[in-house]
Amino acid sequence: MAELVLDITLAVLLLSMAWGALHAPIINNGIGLFVAFGIVLALTWARLGAPDLALAEAAIGAGLTGVLLLHAARAIPVPTATTVMRPLQMMPSILLILLVLGLLTVITSSGPDSVFQQTPPLPDLVEERIADSGVEHPVTAVLMNFRAWDTLLELFVLLLALFGVRQLFPGQRVITRTGTQLSAADKPVKVQPWPPLMAWMGVLAPLLVLTGGYLLWHGSTAPGGAFQAGAILAAAAAVLHLIQNLPALRWSLWPVRALICGGALLFLVVAISTAWLGAGWLHYPQPGNKLLIVTIEVIATLSIAVTLALLVTGDSDDFTR
Amino acid sequence: MNSGAFYLSVGMAVFLIGLHGLLVLQDNLRRVIAVNLMGAGVFLVLVALATRTDPVDPVLQALAVTGLVVAISATAFALRLVSARIRHQQHKTKPDDGRLSSHKDKPR
Repeated sequence: MAELVLDITLAVLLLSMAWGALHAPIINNGIGLFVAFGIVLALTWARLGAPDLALAEAAIGAGLTGVLLLHAARAIPVPTATTVMRPLQMMPSILLILLVLGLLTVITSSGPDSVFQQTPPLPDLVEERIADSGVEHPVTAVLMNFRAWDTLLELFVLLLALFGVRQLFPGQRVITRTGTQLSAADKPVKVQPWPPLMAWMGVLAPLLVLTGGYLLWHGSTAPGGAFQAGAILAAAAAVLHLIQNLPALRWSLWPVRALICGGALLFLVVAISTAWLGAGWLHYPQPGNKLLIVTIEVIATLSIAVTLALLVTGDSDDFTR
Repeated sequence: MNSGAFYLSVGMAVFLIGLHGLLVLQDNLRRVIAVNLMGAGVFLVLVALATRTDPVDPVLQALAVTGLVVAISATAFALRLVSARIRHQQHKTKPDDGRLSSHKDKPR
């Protein structure tokens, strides 16, 4: 009974916040609701027995995405209201949504061969082989060993996103170079940060770094790992940026570049050397695989943290030149 | 109805809310939020399916963790595209006329 109440509360919150995030009249309220949606989603992951995902969602899905969205909303000069469409204009989209709904219902409808009756073979395989993987926590074992390919490619996706963002400067330079005036919204405003925030950050930032390190080290035996730790470190960087206490992070500094590329490159070197000298792509050698996984995780954490921090806070070069 | 099937339908509903927003809304920032909501719906379906076995399927969970990082990468890039487009429009119009016109001038 108590579980049912919890389930229904979570579902109602999720659906209403999802709707509100999209259709709130003021975009900042929508973003606030999206962040709250992320927090409730993290609770839902915890309810469904996925604490790794809950940690990652709270840090990445709610926190960093919220910062990114608010940052983008500030750059938009006029708060855009939701445009109301005429009923006739809505028809194609409503039809499409009904079609998707129908398909989903058919796929998941109860029956002898519905998805809920099938038992997937993978969990048993993971259980069987986890002793060989070098770590005790199954999710970390999947991420860093059994499906290490996914993680390797994911690091490259993160790198690619950063390169893509770097190609599109926020336009500060473009505008000033052509000599046109900056409008009031474009000027980098130097505001004194909120004093209580400054006072809090002195306590909070070291605690965030400590939590990140704990999650990283703990990840081999319990929920946690490189992504969660990296996201929390990036969140610490984002709040330090907020109180203007973060040393300038810019791509032109070589330690920043080394840290960003280091994770993906180390992983790639491991993949190539295991293919060349060992049993195959990302087949870690049996004794020493724990050491290898922990090394990759530490480097990947730093790499993810710096990449996400640069994505969220923006390159300092964009604002100073 | 067990909790897995319950959250499976919640995930489908979140996905559909996101899809509806993506199709109906005109504001680019809201469209980015809509895509993020669709992603959240997909993760919800994945994790609901992961509860079929006991203990919970770690492969699907790891897949969702991977997807989350890919989602924020795509979001960061999409938001930069949005702001680049706005600045481009500002640059084309008069500098003091920062007001964005409605969707009419948007290339479709």
